[in-house]
Amino acid sequence: MNARLRLRKFLSNFMLTLTGCCALIAVSVLFLILGYLVYHGGTSVNWNFFTKLPTPVGETGGGMANAIVGSAKLLFLATLFGVPVGFLGAIYLAEFSGHKIAFVVRYAADLLNGAPSIVIGIFAYSLVVKPLGHFSTFAGGVALGIMMIPITLRSTEEFLLGVPRNLREGAMALGASKWKTIVTVIVPAAYRGILTAILLAFARVAGETAPLLFTSLGNEFWSSGFNHPTASLPVMIYRYALAPYEDWHRQAWAAGLVLLALILVINIVARGILSRGTSVPRS
Amino acid sequence: MAGSRSFLSRLRDGDEIARLITFVFAGSVVLLTVLLVYELWVGSVLPRHKFGLAFFVTRVWDPVFDNFGALPFIYGTLVTSAVALFIAVPLGLGAAIFLAELAPARVSDTLEFFIDLLAAVPSVIYGVLGIFIVVPLMRDSIEPALKHTLGFLPLFKGPAYGIGFLAAGVVLAIMVIPYIISVSREILLSVPRDQREAALALGATRWESTWKVVVPFARSGIMGSIFLALARALGETMAVTMVIGNAPLISASLFSPGNSIASVIAGQFTEATGDLYLQSLIELGLVLFLLTFVLNGLARILIIVTSQRGSGMGNA
Repeated sequence: MNARLRLRKFLSNFMLTLTGCCALIAVSVLFLILGYLVYHGGTSVNWNFFTKLPTPVGETGGGMANAIVGSAKLLFLATLFGVPVGFLGAIYLAEFSGHKIAFVVRYAADLLNGAPSIVIGIFAYSLVVKPLGHFSTFAGGVALGIMMIPITLRSTEEFLLGVPRNLREGAMALGASKWKTIVTVIVPAAYRGILTAILLAFARVAGETAPLLFTSLGNEFWSSGFNHPTASLPVMIYRYALAPYEDWHRQAWAAGLVLLALILVINIVARGILSRGTSVPRS
Repeated sequence: MAGSRSFLSRLRDGDEIARLITFVFAGSVVLLTVLLVYELWVGSVLPRHKFGLAFFVTRVWDPVFDNFGALPFIYGTLVTSAVALFIAVPLGLGAAIFLAELAPARVSDTLEFFIDLLAAVPSVIYGVLGIFIVVPLMRDSIEPALKHTLGFLPLFKGPAYGIGFLAAGVVLAIMVIPYIISVSREILLSVPRDQREAALALGATRWESTWKVVVPFARSGIMGSIFLALARALGETMAVTMVIGNAPLISASLFSPGNSIASVIAGQFTEATGDLYLQSLIELGLVLFLLTFVLNGLARILIIVTSQRGSGMGNA
């Protein structure tokens, strides 16, 4: 009996240690990724990387300036399309809608959110590229914007619903109309959460590659305006990593490091905003 | 009360206008989703009429003669996802158990923070690591070792290229582990305390209370997290495209190069000449969308059922 108990205790400790190892392995992947990116790409992140155009094959040097600007333009468009729809849609859900409509909108948003990014790419292709007849920055922005909508919508709604009832009632009791209550009381009370939601949605689409492959395509040179194909960091990483040239691999690592650093910083900042105090503003 | 005021007075307050404006935006989300399904459906009309259901069981993918069958890609998607789950489920579940049951709250929250960051790493970066780190590792050590020890199984036969189903599955596993951990941890944390205490009071060891009481209690929620991970794995594009080898092959060996639904779309969409070719790729997109739709739906139901059961019994 005693031996059996000892066996059970040993088994317990053994299995629990094993779960600890699982957690350790899972978390260490993050540091492995960062380590590899810094090791292979760190030295290539230099002034040229941010200011020069890509060079033709065989010529070393060059940078990804056009891809960085291209990504910035795509993300600008995505935010322009995605955030208003997500934010105002969430206000409707949280403040105005009845149960039935809210259910349908939430369901649609979840469906959109669950759709694989490559499918969103096909959608943006049919919606923008095919009617216009050419690839463009605009199409890429639409694709990323569509991806931002459900993320912004669902989390903004949650933060709006989290605003305490008494704030709402206080404003109403003072005779404010509903929209005035929303604009002056509810949204300011939830703004940290909303900002976090938007930042996380932004970070999420910043690294998306698949929806850009056949919308914004790619470009060796600068792309002016929003009506032409443009280079973007994620697509450059993909192309350069698969190409058979040493120098391109070096650049792919560097671009990966820059992209990941950006995304991780946004994530950390977003979570920092949320965790600093409650979402109710200090009076 | 808002209801008792006249429509005109509410209109003057601007409430009706605000409601209308926000309704347009909320409605556009529904419209977009309907449009997505419509575009995929209309965009794939040619292959649906020409091949019918044979599309799913034909193993030829021949753009030159306009013959398209999805079988190699469906096979590739299923095999890579299966490999991914085979690795990710035990590891993810183990880590979730540690975070929910063992680790002190501060350690658990810190580790969860890192797991969340891991989930934010874009797939193209997993692809870069896959092609430069995982593939050489597969080719030079892991695949030869597997062949040496388990080579009698058809799974581990053939030359070790590095790229192929196994490499894609491993990269996918690394990518979906954070999802399994995050959701399972939440589910495990929602299991009522008295379940654990009852087991411990009956003399169970810590592990026995976890494995025989807490985990079974959370079983359907954990299944939900696995479905969620599966939906992610099926739809994952870039990382798989970069390491799977992009050859429409069906092979029992995991060492063989292959292709998946998402990666054939990514690889061939821009070079698809001819309507039938392009529309066949769009039909693959439709298939992928429907698959993830069903899995996500199932996952949501399972997770909601479990967390409600947890909170319901906790209040009782």
